[in-house]
Amino acid sequence: MSRDDKTGFHSPLRRKLLMGMAAAPFAGMMPKTAFAQTPATATVNTTGLAVTDTEVTVGILHSATGTMAISETGSIQAEKLAIAQINEMGGVLGRKIKFIQEDGASDWPTFAEKAKKLLVQDKVAAIMGCWTSASRKAVLPVIEQYNGMLYYPTFYEGLEQSKNVIYTGQEATQQILESINWVVKEKGAKTFYFIGSDYIWPRTSNKIARKHIENFLKGTKVVGEEYFPLGHTQFNSVINKLKLTKPDVIFTDVVGGSNVAFYKQLKAAGINLEKQTLITISVTEDEIDGIGGENIAGAYSCMKYFQSLDNPNNKEFVAAFKKMWGEKTVIGDVTQAAYLGPWLWKLTVEKAGSFDVDKIAAASADIEFTKAPEGYVKIHPNHHLWSKTRIGLAQKDGQFKVVYESPQLIEPNPFPKGYQ
Amino acid sequence: MFGDYSLGDLGAIFAMQGFAGLILFSVYLLMALGLAIIFGQMGVINMAHGEFMILGAYVTWLTSVFFSEHLPSLFGIYFFVAMALAFCASGALGMLIEWTLIRRLYKRPLDTLLATWGLSLILQQTYRSVFGPREVGVTLPDWMMGSLPVTDVIEVQINGLFVMGLTVLITTAVFIMIFRSRFGQQVRAVVQNRQMAGAVGIDTEKVDRLTFGLGCGIAGVAGSAFTMIGSTGPTAGQLYIVDTFLIVVFGGAASLFGTIASAFSISQAQSTLEFFLSGSMAKVITLLTVVGILMLRPQGLFTLKVRR
Repeated sequence: MSRDDKTGFHSPLRRKLLMGMAAAPFAGMMPKTAFAQTPATATVNTTGLAVTDTEVTVGILHSATGTMAISETGSIQAEKLAIAQINEMGGVLGRKIKFIQEDGASDWPTFAEKAKKLLVQDKVAAIMGCWTSASRKAVLPVIEQYNGMLYYPTFYEGLEQSKNVIYTGQEATQQILESINWVVKEKGAKTFYFIGSDYIWPRTSNKIARKHIENFLKGTKVVGEEYFPLGHTQFNSVINKLKLTKPDVIFTDVVGGSNVAFYKQLKAAGINLEKQTLITISVTEDEIDGIGGENIAGAYSCMKYFQSLDNPNNKEFVAAFKKMWGEKTVIGDVTQAAYLGPWLWKLTVEKAGSFDVDKIAAASADIEFTKAPEGYVKIHPNHHLWSKTRIGLAQKDGQFKVVYESPQLIEPNPFPKGYQ
Repeated sequence: MFGDYSLGDLGAIFAMQGFAGLILFSVYLLMALGLAIIFGQMGVINMAHGEFMILGAYVTWLTSVFFSEHLPSLFGIYFFVAMALAFCASGALGMLIEWTLIRRLYKRPLDTLLATWGLSLILQQTYRSVFGPREVGVTLPDWMMGSLPVTDVIEVQINGLFVMGLTVLITTAVFIMIFRSRFGQQVRAVVQNRQMAGAVGIDTEKVDRLTFGLGCGIAGVAGSAFTMIGSTGPTAGQLYIVDTFLIVVFGGAASLFGTIASAFSISQAQSTLEFFLSGSMAKVITLLTVVGILMLRPQGLFTLKVRR
């Protein structure tokens, strides 16, 4: 149920709405320019969102404290940058964006509670937020119940689609299939060893990877699959197993602090990533900061964005980001995807000519953003993004050298047939 | 799973696996020693143990940055300086905490659990505000990375050897200090009977403060050493705390020998099981075994007869 049900028939708001509706027939007759700059609040906001004649409020909901602050800080920074840039250009429908930032504190129930606060109390027009799948799953029922709009930045396992969510990161098939095809073709890989952290994203991703290897590629097989609890720091046993099985490719989706331990121990055990092919779908420039470039140089990472991408959009974006947040900050895949959120929302609002969530949800399909740092992106009717996939080779300085880019935009397919 | 391998291969794998177990044993023992002193000797449940370790890790990071900027010619040996500084920093913070917080709670041991848990949250947020929420990468001198080839297949990790050496050194030092020195005698006297120790003229408050500082200092050294194998971030200390308590409790809280025996058995079980099963299953089976043994023997593997 949407929240305007709580507003009684005789409330001032209701009267305002009726007045707005009464004015509607005349709107068409007026010269178009009168409305082009700043359309009246009553016409662009019929559901009581926090929109005034000069301002519109959105929410930023990430973990600024707790375990996930490591990853989510970049997303917060990117969203603030995008909002500042949009405001510099005159805002959305003539209104400056004001943001209210809430801290999810790496705790999933807190995320749900704060999302409710943002929607019910602050009446935000959209929320840029969440990072882990667990936080998104906690927030989803709240967003759907109170009919909000969430822009979610992280690459994730798929198997989800909601009218109220725009997924600005890649879903698993977009990220994985291209990388496996590439390594089979380029490196002649025949055997794969999977190593992941033990939760839904690595398990689902590896399942998709395994199905693809077993069903769609001839002569390749998976020779090992291992999961470790989150926060595991000892990998010597599995490294011995790698030495024993000698796979052509190590395919990893280890996350968090475990990531650092894994690559340091791999290097210490004398596995040279220049000779042993390793593909990861969980290491961005952000993670390399902690791992140390010298420990992971030679590994391949499969993402849609790398900071080193050579295009004018990205150069501008990287310069603006460093100007705002310091020369030493790095920009990973998710940070870029978070940057897309406010922009896609602005473009959708302008296409819909309204801040109403239902109208935005309906207008989202086929929204194009040509200034995206990753290049051109477009929202698919299933609310995921068409995007290219790239493979980067990790360098000692912590950056990636892009060695492959998919020729076309890849269609998002959150419910892949034959992969479940 | 061994069908396809020659005997030579298998021998090499077992050798390396044994070595992996020994490294894990050293890591576990190093984490647990500081806590064994604080929890075992003083009865304080120090939930902030992991944060004292991470303080050591951050000190190591600061030292590495300082050396690479100001003394690049001595970068090869900065790690030893860093460990000494880590010991001092964590030890000093430990004594400060003991003086302001812990000493008021000796009569209420369960409350130390809550107080130190709160302390761990405060420290985490402090690290986050001071060093930033992102992980920092500690650069190691070249000689500490890589491995020594023994045969074609068997390779010995240098940082593994380093941790083992360090563990032996610190354990020996702790044993000499507790069982052979005047200070150790006083510590043991206070543990066994606080009033009596006070009555014979031991300054129990001073002993408490030094013991707590010693435990925290050792945690700092452990944290410093773990920058070689793990991550350094505001919440990285949380990764170690469960294993650390498990080892100390399983070994028998008041016994240092128990801590060693328990670190050895848990690490060997874990590393062997991890080789034959998957990582998560190995953890499950190890934990189940420990729970089972503790049900039969709640006091842990070794106990001291103490009059309280």
